[in-house]
Amino acid sequence: MHRGFARLLLALLGLVIGAVALTGVAQAAGPAIIAVVTDANKAPIAGVTVTVTGPDGFTGTGETGADGTATIEVPKSGKYVITLDESTIPGGAAVKDGPERTANVLSGNKKILFPVGVPDDGGGGGDSGGAGGITLDRVLQLILDGVVLSLIIALGALGLNLIFGTTGLSNFAHGELLTLGAFTAFVLNVWWGIDLLIAAPIAIALSGLLWGWGQNQILWKPLRKRGTGLIAAMIVSIGLAIALRYTILFIFGGTPKSYAQFAGQPGLELGPIFITPKAIVLSIIAIIVLVATILWLKSSRIGKATRAVSDNPALASASGVNVERVISVVWVVGAILAAYAGIFLGVTQNVVWTMGQFLLLTMFAAIVLGGLGTISGAIVGSFVVGITVQLSTLIVPTELKTGAALLLMIVLLLVRPQGLLGRPERVG
Amino acid sequence: MPGDLAAQAVSALATVSPEPGAPKPDPILVADGVNRHFGGLVAVDVTHVEFQKGAITALIGPNGAGKSTFFNLLSGFDKADGGTWVYAGTAVTNTAPHKLARRGMVRTFQLTKSLSRLTVMDNMLLGAGGQKGEVMIASVLPFLWSAQEKKNRERAMVLLERFNLAAKADDFAGSLSGGQRKLLEMARALMLEPSLIMLDEPMAGVNPALKQSLLDHIRDIREEGTTVVFVEHDMDMVRDVSDWVVVMAQGKVIAEGRPDVVMRDQRVIDAYLGAHHDQQLTKSGESLTEGTSS
Amino acid sequence: MDLGFVLTQSITQAIGVTAIIYLLATMGLNIQFGYTGLLNFGQIAFVAIGAYAIGVFMIQWQQNPWPSWMPWQTLVPNLWVAILYALLLSVILALILGIPTLRLRADYLAIVTIATGEIIRLAFKSTDPLGGSQGINGKMGQDFYDLNPFPQQDRFDFGPLTYTRADLWVVICGWVVIGLLLLLTWALMRSPWGRVLKGIREDEDAVRSLGKNTYLRKMQALILGGLFGALSGIFWAIAKQSVQPDSMVPAFTFFCYTILILGGAARVMGPVLGAIIFWFLLVFVEQFLLLLIDNGTITFLVPTQVGPIRFILVGLGLMLLMIYRPQGILGDKKELALDAR
Ligand SMILES: Nc1ncnc2c1ncn2[C@@H]1O[C@H](COP(=O)(O)OP(=O)(O)O)[C@@H](O)[C@H]1O
Ligand SMILES: [Mg+2]
Repeated sequence: MHRGFARLLLALLGLVIGAVALTGVAQAAGPAIIAVVTDANKAPIAGVTVTVTGPDGFTGTGETGADGTATIEVPKSGKYVITLDESTIPGGAAVKDGPERTANVLSGNKKILFPVGVPDDGGGGGDSGGAGGITLDRVLQLILDGVVLSLIIALGALGLNLIFGTTGLSNFAHGELLTLGAFTAFVLNVWWGIDLLIAAPIAIALSGLLWGWGQNQILWKPLRKRGTGLIAAMIVSIGLAIALRYTILFIFGGTPKSYAQFAGQPGLELGPIFITPKAIVLSIIAIIVLVATILWLKSSRIGKATRAVSDNPALASASGVNVERVISVVWVVGAILAAYAGIFLGVTQNVVWTMGQFLLLTMFAAIVLGGLGTISGAIVGSFVVGITVQLSTLIVPTELKTGAALLLMIVLLLVRPQGLLGRPERVG
Repeated sequence: MPGDLAAQAVSALATVSPEPGAPKPDPILVADGVNRHFGGLVAVDVTHVEFQKGAITALIGPNGAGKSTFFNLLSGFDKADGGTWVYAGTAVTNTAPHKLARRGMVRTFQLTKSLSRLTVMDNMLLGAGGQKGEVMIASVLPFLWSAQEKKNRERAMVLLERFNLAAKADDFAGSLSGGQRKLLEMARALMLEPSLIMLDEPMAGVNPALKQSLLDHIRDIREEGTTVVFVEHDMDMVRDVSDWVVVMAQGKVIAEGRPDVVMRDQRVIDAYLGAHHDQQLTKSGESLTEGTSS
Repeated sequence: MDLGFVLTQSITQAIGVTAIIYLLATMGLNIQFGYTGLLNFGQIAFVAIGAYAIGVFMIQWQQNPWPSWMPWQTLVPNLWVAILYALLLSVILALILGIPTLRLRADYLAIVTIATGEIIRLAFKSTDPLGGSQGINGKMGQDFYDLNPFPQQDRFDFGPLTYTRADLWVVICGWVVIGLLLLLTWALMRSPWGRVLKGIREDEDAVRSLGKNTYLRKMQALILGGLFGALSGIFWAIAKQSVQPDSMVPAFTFFCYTILILGGAARVMGPVLGAIIFWFLLVFVEQFLLLLIDNGTITFLVPTQVGPIRFILVGLGLMLLMIYRPQGILGDKKELALDAR
């Protein structure tokens, strides 16, 4: 027990020292100016450039992400001028009260709203949802966005479900595997100047090794040896999630970041829908990765062993399966899938310390929907969740779209506790 | 007087024909067409079975025969796919476990469920029925329940003495040995003063010395008028204590009768031999069909 | 700034408004998780309902009734009625959460409660009649402050601690309420009812086999813990006179778990000890680091990095506690000998 303790402490100490050592290059976190750009129906607008100027000749720029916000950190409190570059608004609309705002920043973050254009007509009413009316074009676009989101969720959910299946752990730190993957690529790409096409695969491999294998080796394996219960382990994962997330914030600051390549890629208009080439390529790779993982689980020796362990660890172990080895493999696979999802997200949106946290609940929703512990269930559930999230913006305010997927999950749980594809659980 | 009851049960059973599903003169529990499937596996499919009131009935059968599942169904811990059962004259099909327990039908579990971080005494007190202090509002008014609690405590102490656990009363149940936990679970069930007690492998993991006293406890329980149904693998024990034996295999009741008769039954021997044969192949103790079914 | 100031700050915060808010919510969690084993990961939902009920009934709908024909001024004439509504709403929330999920396996309750917390936060944030993204600000606790018996003077000094007249009244009332609730918890948990809850935590099926309606008891525990959570929210609204959707995040509940496990789950005084130590350490670390940065002892940190360090410590603390001392400060040594759940 004391050796385990020493090892854990050492690992944590390493983490903290590493974090402190890195701060030389790091940016400070907050206070920040958060520009929120929304259209007439309060839907967020992405890709708008915002510039901030302030005391001591400070200037900073940012680009709004998918949630319509751009966060620009400022060095100290004072008076700042925030200007929105109207030429970057899609469709060339104008900001309602002009593109310039001034703000007095005190200690906390300051939110600046930039409503764009005028409402479509008096009828709709922005708040009550139904933004923009339901047109076929919009539905198609949302479905496409939903599919892309589903793929990202599926990459995370598959790993989460594999870990749950083999170890029984509901890993609340799984979102951070995405974030860690994205930031590993960020360090290689932006700090060390390696082209993203090379940096991404290296980052994914590193993630499998460090954040997957390493995490299991340092933390979870010793905990299993001590016989830590599942609920206790779940709470440990919550602690880990908080510690990791804020370590990332500590090192990298809160400003959303972009990779050095593929940042401002112009989109393609395919008939009524709109997509960036990078999203297409990343989605295709994601599909290949998912299919390959599933085939691997179905056919390879270790894949079959994984499923055997998920079904019944005691029996699998009795029939000669090395359960710990299977679990190690599952952690590596889970971390690799998550790292790819994180980089996917980082390339199409941006790299930010909360990116994984925001997806965690949707990943849980996906596996609960699909059936805890089932492989195909995780994929099906991810698509249900991803598409629900996007399509729900047809009727509910955009901010509530995650809520729609969570609500769907709760309702399904009531009707079919075992999930869409799951089997009823063993009683007694 | 209770002794008479036992003798009555035994003599009544003497006239019953040793056939699966044989009617009993005074049954306390009657099950009809009870079945339960897990995917393609038929875990329980009992056409008809009756348990004689006041008797000690052993339920035997190879591993995976469906005995525990049958217990789970009858006691409301699992939902049957079909069938009905009647306890003490009332239909109780798929009735919630706590309601059955309150009516005097109490069970124990194959995998012992002692409440680790409660003391042995608290485990016992939890068994007592009809406690006023278990109502939320009343619980903050001790004068409503302290007298009852005191009585329960005394009763628990008597039972603990009987089961050789009195010295452990203030220890956490989690600190007991496996055998002691089995004893505690049985003693706790007796706090409810059941009229039917169903024991799932009460002697598994209990050392031989303790086994003999457990047998005595089972006899005592019956002497006090409680009907006993229990699952057991040790044939000597079964022969020793039971008045009647019901044999299950592959979910069905395949034989019934007095212990000496049943054990000579060719169907029973076949069922056991078949199971033992398979078992040697897989080596894994309990769940023979479990692995292949999932 | 000096060490004395840092200590004073830390002590003030350790028994201050924020500590009280977290403590009340954690006491609810103690009933739900500590005694009954219910994995409520959405205690913030109850806090939010409590806080928002006060904000909405006392400010938002007094000014802009919603729906516009509703006579909210007469329906909610004062703070005390609003508190009643807040408590009622939290009971309803507990029923909505509990009726479906308390029959399912334990981890489903965890996921459903955390999801519900998020749904509620997002719903408040995106619905303007409920305050929208700006939240609700205003003198929602005025009826309470009107009862302040302390003499009109600017500051009240207790040794190094200094309070304004309003703060003193808020903090004292907060601790009185906590004292009463501790008494209630103690009375409940030493009773046979409490014993059933603890039994459910250990093994629900065993308790069911002994003739107890465990579903009912779990529901009662969820409701009671939810009421404590709502009280935390009510206190929040009154003390801060402001409710913001972005404060109602899942992390709140996780902080409560840290406090609970630090102090000792299933101990009446566990949350109290946990909350005081937690906030003392958190503020002390923050202020101490700021002090060191301020006087140039530490040069590799900037003030804005101190915030994240606090959270890193919370996360690490939760992990280490759960692993090495899951029974907390007040835990029983004998319990440690038992195999971990
Ligand atoms: N919840 C369940 N899901 C799937 N199979 C089950 C379940 N419970 C029991 N079984 C199967 O039903 C059969 C009967 O099991 P059980 O009642 O435990 O047998 P016994 O107690 O007679 O040894 C076994 O094949 C077992 O694997
Ligand atoms: Mg069995």
